[in-house]
Amino acid sequence: MVKLAEWRGKEVFRKYGVPLPKGAVARSAAEAGALVLDGTVPLPCVVKAQVLAGGRGKGGAVRFAATAAEARTAAEAILGLEFKGERVKEVLLEEKLSLSRELYLSITLDRSARLPVLITSGHGGVEIESVDDAEIDRQHVDPFPGLTSFEKRRVAKVLGLTGGPARSLDRLLESLWRLFQAEDAELVEINPLAVVGDGLVALDAKVIIEDDANFRHPEYAALRDDRTPLEEIAREKDIAFVQLDGNIGVIANGAGLTMATLDVLKEFGGSPGVFLDLGGTDDPRKVTEAFLLMARAKPKAVFLNIFGGVTRCDTVAKGLVDAMGQVPANERFPLVARIRGNNEKEGIEILRAAGVTSIPQLKESAQAVVAAAAGGSA
Amino acid sequence: MSVLVTRETRVVVQGITGHQGTVHSRQMRDFGTNVVAGVTPGKGGTIIDEVPVFDSVREAVDATHANASCLFVPAPYAKDALLEAVDAGIRLVVIVTEHIPFHDMLVMYHYARSRGTRIIGPNCPGIASPGAAKVGIIPNVVFRPGRVGVISRSGTLTYEIVNGIKEHGLGQSTCIGLGGDPVVGTSFVDALPLFQEDPDTDLVVLVGEIGGTAEEDAADYVRRKFTKPVVAYIAGRSAPPGKRMGHAGAIISRGKGTAETKLAALQGAGAQVARFPYEIPDLVAEIVARGARR
Repeated sequence: MVKLAEWRGKEVFRKYGVPLPKGAVARSAAEAGALVLDGTVPLPCVVKAQVLAGGRGKGGAVRFAATAAEARTAAEAILGLEFKGERVKEVLLEEKLSLSRELYLSITLDRSARLPVLITSGHGGVEIESVDDAEIDRQHVDPFPGLTSFEKRRVAKVLGLTGGPARSLDRLLESLWRLFQAEDAELVEINPLAVVGDGLVALDAKVIIEDDANFRHPEYAALRDDRTPLEEIAREKDIAFVQLDGNIGVIANGAGLTMATLDVLKEFGGSPGVFLDLGGTDDPRKVTEAFLLMARAKPKAVFLNIFGGVTRCDTVAKGLVDAMGQVPANERFPLVARIRGNNEKEGIEILRAAGVTSIPQLKESAQAVVAAAAGGSA
Repeated sequence: MSVLVTRETRVVVQGITGHQGTVHSRQMRDFGTNVVAGVTPGKGGTIIDEVPVFDSVREAVDATHANASCLFVPAPYAKDALLEAVDAGIRLVVIVTEHIPFHDMLVMYHYARSRGTRIIGPNCPGIASPGAAKVGIIPNVVFRPGRVGVISRSGTLTYEIVNGIKEHGLGQSTCIGLGGDPVVGTSFVDALPLFQEDPDTDLVVLVGEIGGTAEEDAADYVRRKFTKPVVAYIAGRSAPPGKRMGHAGAIISRGKGTAETKLAALQGAGAQVARFPYEIPDLVAEIVARGARR
């Protein structure tokens, strides 16, 4: 998934006609001051750190300014901050509006119902998890008629909106629904959605885009920046690769088998460090690349657990043997292999010729790799 | 009897001329499945391993009376391929393709449902009944005819578990791999009644994963309506806290979705819970030995 920073989310909002406060992004204190002086950002204004983590208000990452000088000082203080592990590179400056109510509104997927769900609450401006369940309204939306007028009227009533704000809500819901579908969003969230005068204004924007739709939205694919360098290389090679704190490397195929493998390793006192999901492949070069990538993460021992379906055991064995030859002698680590399924016999034979024994049972092979990581021999 | 597929099932493979389509059509035939046609737009008139290829599903159905589809079409074209199959009257579609955007899948699911077509998948290994037919990609070697039903959200972990049942000297009635995507055509709750009705299934192994609430929903169904014994396993007990789908996602799954909540729900519904995949065959064997029905 691709999480958009608030200002990027708001650019998407603007494209769909969602009402926003006047504002602009600054990357330096001087730029922040200039945006106020030239009237782009009206005073008084809010200066907000552009980070993905929540809780900015309490964390000192949101400040208020009544003059251009104050806006500069606020930007100075926020830029370069380390907020929940994320360095602040941009601030969003926006006019501070006087509002009469704060609401909550989001659209996301309800997996169980297999329908999008429109979630609203009259209690906006706080973390929605802390709001009492009875104060949260959920309205499923069928993709076939789409969001209908009667559903929108219902939501207005639930939120207690009439007149101008209700008309504003009608247009806003239409915009968000179109955005949710056309941009392939997993989540569109406005918290708070403010009642300002006779209309509504989105004070915050949270937009998450689904990865699988990147073929329709190449512009979002470039925005991912939450990966480690090795995870990034893995992504380019279409290998799922996750780094944790432990010391055992796990190469498996399929998310379920990978998770089951971690469960078993933990049970026997092992500490998985990197796990790498080959997915389905019948290209030995992909296996070689995966193994070399694993080697770069410097594990104490590696557990290869493959159940061959689309991925054939002999393919995995060939790729593995090839990769082992490419790891320098001083960087080698104990390897425990378990290959089952399609072309199992051929695969085991290839491994045997290279001096690797495949242990057929999951329990025994997991115990062997935990022992190897602890300093015993594989 | 078996669940959803029989010896009479006539399969059209959409995307048969691609590498995976060709390989798995061959393996389905080796399993004993009637693969009667393939479809790849623009490749009509060719033959793949004795299977005639058509330009459209409609032409394939007219010529061969295909009644089930196995779909290998790449994600950007999968929605159209599914709609085409539904439109041609196909009533069972197994979607093997992965990375289909869930927004596409929402349209696919609701359209198929309105026309009475069942989807299994996407991103799934499919369905197999040893001795009857296989539609999908589960390796043939793991099966042995028997009376254990398997319903799983995983791919390779399903193979692992089905194989474990075989190695223990038992066999399977039908195995369905539902797929692990956010929106699936057939969920546990949709699949369980089919096994309840199937006279050839004595008990069901349910294989879940962390995330979502499908296992909790399944537990609720088992508690209320399912009378056969259930053995359950949930993968991911030790997985690091996953990436949450923002705040709204947390609201939907309030207090659900972890391995603990799923296991507790299933246990509360009377299921035998396996802590590891290799405990499943023993639990199954115990139930078989008792020969008891609840």
